[in-house]
Amino acid sequence: MNSSADTTDPILKVSDLRVEFDTYGGIVQAVRGVNFEVSEGETLAIVGESGCGKSVTVQSLMGLIPMPPGRITSGSAQYRGQEILGRTRINGRELRGSEIGMIFQDPMTSLNPTMTIGDQIAETLQVHRGFSKRDAAARAVELLSLTRIPEAEQRAQQYPFEFSGGMLQRAMIATAIACEPSVLIADEPTTALDVTIQAQILDLLNDLQRDNNMAIILITHDLGVVARMADNVAVMYAGEMVEQGTAHDIFYRAAHPYTLGLRAAMPSNVDETAQSLQPIEGSPPDLFAPPPGCGYCARCPHAVEVCATKPPPRFSLEAKHNVKCWQHHQDAPSPPTELFLSSTTQAGDTAAP
Amino acid sequence: MKALVETVNLTKHFPIKRDQIVHAVDNVTLTVHEKEIVGLVGESGSGKSTLGKTILGLHNKTSGQVLYDGTMLPQKYRARDFLSSARKMQMIFQDPYSSLNPRMTVGEIIGEALKLHTNLNNQTIRDRVTFWLERVGLHADHASRYPHEFSGGQRQRIGIARALILEPEFVVCDEPISALDVSVQAQVVNLLDELKKSMGLTLLFIAHDLSMVRYVSDRMAVMYLGSLVEVGASNEVFFDPQHPYTQMLVSSNPEPDPRRERNRPPTPVRGEITSPINIQPGCRFASRCPKVMEVCRDTTPELITLKNVAPGKDLRQVACHLYD
Repeated sequence: MNSSADTTDPILKVSDLRVEFDTYGGIVQAVRGVNFEVSEGETLAIVGESGCGKSVTVQSLMGLIPMPPGRITSGSAQYRGQEILGRTRINGRELRGSEIGMIFQDPMTSLNPTMTIGDQIAETLQVHRGFSKRDAAARAVELLSLTRIPEAEQRAQQYPFEFSGGMLQRAMIATAIACEPSVLIADEPTTALDVTIQAQILDLLNDLQRDNNMAIILITHDLGVVARMADNVAVMYAGEMVEQGTAHDIFYRAAHPYTLGLRAAMPSNVDETAQSLQPIEGSPPDLFAPPPGCGYCARCPHAVEVCATKPPPRFSLEAKHNVKCWQHHQDAPSPPTELFLSSTTQAGDTAAP
Repeated sequence: MKALVETVNLTKHFPIKRDQIVHAVDNVTLTVHEKEIVGLVGESGSGKSTLGKTILGLHNKTSGQVLYDGTMLPQKYRARDFLSSARKMQMIFQDPYSSLNPRMTVGEIIGEALKLHTNLNNQTIRDRVTFWLERVGLHADHASRYPHEFSGGQRQRIGIARALILEPEFVVCDEPISALDVSVQAQVVNLLDELKKSMGLTLLFIAHDLSMVRYVSDRMAVMYLGSLVEVGASNEVFFDPQHPYTQMLVSSNPEPDPRRERNRPPTPVRGEITSPINIQPGCRFASRCPKVMEVCRDTTPELITLKNVAPGKDLRQVACHLYD
């Protein structure tokens, strides 16, 4: 854990972000009021299932939401105190790709198939840092060896189809860190890879973070990856962050029923006696018409009357640990014992409506 | 225990160019007993799916045999062979998005097998479809909808209903849960387990996620570059792996427990799965193996039964020169 992170200002601070999309079926409210921050040298993991809005959240930071049909309806995102939402594509360039780098989920389709790997890395340096073609090419080879691609010089001359999935992901990381960004956003960087390759890529990210003091925002659905990488964790469900805290809070003192549900649905690799999995029944709500109350209400084993009608406010349990769940209200009749409950539970920064 | 499906030296090669052959499956001898679930695991490109499809006859065999209940299955399948084998053997496919015909309703998709293989009337078929929809946790009125109206988990249930409506004995599940979310994976795993118990199904469960396979299967077979490297009881293989490749796979799995993960040393895993084109003699894992010896580079290890694994445990087979 990074203890210095408590004292430094956040390098990126996002508040009340809301994003929606116009579709033929109506308006999808993909992100519904998201707050988070991340400091230098720290890894924030955003966890959630497909369709919960994790990718849309970070894409809006990078200005990658196509508008229309997308729309950022409210919120702000400050990078070193500077607003980064709502920049046009050209102005966004000062930050996007240079100060904030991004790795995408699918390395096979995220690189240009008609350019050599070396040229794709060099392009970043030419655009953002004004490198000459020759300098950029030389630096690209260095970056490839930094991401532990053997025979980097020959590899730089090759095209994406000549690379395996793991190697492509390394090349993409090389592109993302070319300008030495302060924030690296990794959107499911290992989901398409085998576990053996995943382990290598995660080690690489850890090493790069240690060397450059980067902040990493890691998006994943795999709690194993979270346990390995994250200092802080935000659990997303139906476009909202339902629980936030340190990795320790989320894994050992989970306060939201969804966080607990995710844990129970994950297989354990160490407990030899564990022989069955507890699925979360049902499926996430339709974001065309989000439920008026808590998004998790329909699947929640602890739902009470108020959950269906009023959205839960954010309850602060500790400095970094907060949760959106009515069971933490001071008047909750009999909060379930498997949830972590702070003794000083009270309504937090958002008052009950 | 009676063997239901046996492969004997099953081999499937794909010629790609002159002098280039992909060794997708090489000399695989594997027994699946009646009413058991065998998990087949390995990295992508290790030939798991090809083995599953070759067993069912969806690929022609290059050499070797597949025995079903003691009788040899045809070397090359003709259309009428499928008519008889489809009632006994079925497959659940990996991708719930591309394996359902988007122009057919769910009722047509699930009921098609009954139309082809039985002479039941339409009303009876509709009733069976309704029964199966509810059996896999969907609703009767879903029969008139199209696949795009369903989520990934629901589509996988449709694929399961389609495979099981003929009440087969043996089903190959090709990564049935990899495309699904964690919470939904557990739903599908539990459904398969319940159906296995109630119908007495025998399953070959293909997956790359070892920790999930441990929960699902009775025995586990680990594959690397077309050959089996280790076979044994699931829990024993997982918690006491013998082959260096299995050890590497098990230790690469991150555990959802930060205390444990924070103290984990960097992965010892080096390199990636090598090319399956024109494989030379010698152990296929030699180039990545931390315990590689001289003999590994030129002699192919055979799958042998270990004698020194503690008594009272199930048989363990390993293909590695460390145990010669």
